[in-house]
Amino acid sequence: MKIFATYNIKGGVGKTATAVNLSYLAAMEGYRVLLWDLDPQAAASYLFRIKPRVKGGGKALIQGRRSIGDAIKGTDFDGLDLLPADFTYRNLDLMLDAAKQPARRLAGLLAPLKREYDLIFLDCPPSISLLSESVLHAADLLLVPLIPTTLSVRTLDQLTEFVGGFNGHQPDILAFFSMIDRRKRLHTQIAAELPAERSDFATAVIPAVSVIEQMSVHRAPLTAFAPRTQAARQYRQLWHEARDRAGLAPGSGLATG
Amino acid sequence: MPVVSREFLLQDGVREGAAALRAVAAAAVGAGVAWANGGPVTSCRRTWLDTFDWRLYRAGLTLEQVTARPGVELIVTGRDGELLARERLQNAAVTWPSLVTALPPGPLRELLEPVAGIRALSPVAKAASRVAELRALNPDAKTIARLAVDRMSVTFPARALAPARLSLSPVRGYQGQTEKAARALAAVPGISAGRGSALEAALAAAGHRPGELAGKAGAIALSPAMPARTALAAILTELLDTLEANVPGTVKDVDTEFLHDLRIAVRRTRSALKLCGSELPDGLAARFAPEFRWLGDLTTPTRDLDVYLLGYESMAAGLVGATEIELAPFRDYLVKSRAVARRQLVRGLRSARFLRLTADWRVALESVRPARGRATVAQLADTRIATAHRRALRAGQHLTASSPPVSLHDLRKRCKELRYVVEMFGSLHDPAQRWQAVRELKALQDCLGEFQDAEVQRDEIRAFAAQMLSDRSAPAETLLAMGEIAAGLAIRQQAALAKFDGAFASFASPASKARLAALARTSAG
Repeated sequence: MKIFATYNIKGGVGKTATAVNLSYLAAMEGYRVLLWDLDPQAAASYLFRIKPRVKGGGKALIQGRRSIGDAIKGTDFDGLDLLPADFTYRNLDLMLDAAKQPARRLAGLLAPLKREYDLIFLDCPPSISLLSESVLHAADLLLVPLIPTTLSVRTLDQLTEFVGGFNGHQPDILAFFSMIDRRKRLHTQIAAELPAERSDFATAVIPAVSVIEQMSVHRAPLTAFAPRTQAARQYRQLWHEARDRAGLAPGSGLATG
Repeated sequence: MPVVSREFLLQDGVREGAAALRAVAAAAVGAGVAWANGGPVTSCRRTWLDTFDWRLYRAGLTLEQVTARPGVELIVTGRDGELLARERLQNAAVTWPSLVTALPPGPLRELLEPVAGIRALSPVAKAASRVAELRALNPDAKTIARLAVDRMSVTFPARALAPARLSLSPVRGYQGQTEKAARALAAVPGISAGRGSALEAALAAAGHRPGELAGKAGAIALSPAMPARTALAAILTELLDTLEANVPGTVKDVDTEFLHDLRIAVRRTRSALKLCGSELPDGLAARFAPEFRWLGDLTTPTRDLDVYLLGYESMAAGLVGATEIELAPFRDYLVKSRAVARRQLVRGLRSARFLRLTADWRVALESVRPARGRATVAQLADTRIATAHRRALRAGQHLTASSPPVSLHDLRKRCKELRYVVEMFGSLHDPAQRWQAVRELKALQDCLGEFQDAEVQRDEIRAFAAQMLSDRSAPAETLLAMGEIAAGLAIRQQAALAKFDGAFASFASPASKARLAALARTSAG
């Protein structure tokens, strides 16, 4: 089982759209996929038409009083399940703080799902907190959407340095440009240069287009309702790069135990 | 919460196919459920798998292989149709029959392994399905369940068309809402709740039932007043059915249990001929006993090697001085020897002599008619159980743990005869009383079996070592490792012997004797 997390300290950069589309593409390739919507804003749950509610709230999950398996809901797509958001997730930091080894707690909670899923996506809220630290410890691959500015590249370097300091398991990082506006010269320039220079950048670039926003109207992954669009093609490219980076076989989706 | 599907049957007069499905769904609108198209009609091939003796079915499990456009998938469901495990197979890599160990490691294999054990999984039914599907939606337009209509064309064990089935399968986490949709569906005219699984439906259409087994001794319901000769012929016919049912699996080497069950049928037949043969028409037992002895002898070498190979892993794991790698050439030798022994066995089972034996034996049994003035089966059971009991007690009365192995082996054979004769007339006795009566006998048999198996294996390993030495097929370290195995067998034997005096004393105790004697007196009910 591999764990992918979409992470950025900033909000509104395309984390949820990436998690939703990539988890859908992975399931369509035959992988058994779970997406955990960790954001109390519950955008991913909304997009899959699933009520953002977990019986007992986040506390019951973190304390192990409620099995994660019981809270999982099937989406409308074969092979893709969702662990919904809950408004109590806004206090996940406090709940983790009360747990033993808070930074490792998330990895411990996900361990029993190893047999059931090939791939877990964690859709993180925008923050730097105990929760995000726990996510960074649990993840095998961090998918980091960046707006093409010099500052956001600096943030990526800080993140790389931070996870580089972890003892033991360190997640791999795959950054990519998101919300690219082709009309802005700086966007196109940075988006063209950096992926060629740095190995932690994907070549896929996600454009800022209205069809991505329409996901909230269709309440479905863009790659499902508009698979032939440029944006969908870029998500597919990103999925292929993430999959290859994590050492997953293309299209097999077989249980790896 | 487990994911449990709800099954329905479309009654006669209700149109089938996607149009009928839409009509059904429209009629079932209610309970806050709407219905949406579930996509194009799909086709799949379905194969249900189980062991020859239906171990999965008896444990409440159903294993199905579904071959459809995305690939091949194995699905295990429980008694109520709840999904327990599923696994996609790469390129239909498993060909059936296969042992569970041929499946990829994972939860599905772990679920099946302890149930199927050393028995292979083979197709028990096959069907082609065309499935039309609708989605049940909640007020958020979220799919909560899928409604499929499936008309199966059964292709195995016989060609047949199964009645159309509706299956409402909840999406994970929406069992409660699906129940509401199921209640709405159940209220639609022309639909009735379906009973049993798709496997049961496929088999029923083909005129079969799951769990059907070739007869085993004791399964026949005997009535005490039945003429002994008629009852004996029925018991022997059932044993012949079992024997013949296990021949194809033995010849194809599907799993080692086919040969094992075949041998048990032969041994039971031989015991019946020996103990009760005088009840059959003149000369019948004498004519066939040597042939069944030949058949028994034919099967022994392969079975001995099977026992060795089945126990090999634990033997190798128990090595202290030597390593498993050093022992590996011994395993290769066993595998080669088994291949040679099996060729002999298969030749024998395909020979005219074997075909003549089974055909003639069946004709002979079918022509057995009750003779006037002869015993009833109850009388026969009473006298034969008493005789076999007396013989077993006599064979063991002077034996001790230091008696020669051949005498202990002789006692083991007498004990087996007693056990077989008790089981053969099993339906005449109360099961609880029978169990009590053979309790000490079973313990003694376990002790003697452990001793004798180790004795045979020790003799064989010496013979193997001598042969491997002369073939130059094993290095010195392999022979040393085999020596360690032989020493381990000697320790096992000593441990079994240490229990012998106590086990025989219990068997020969007044209480045990009384229980068996009482059983021998109660056949008449």
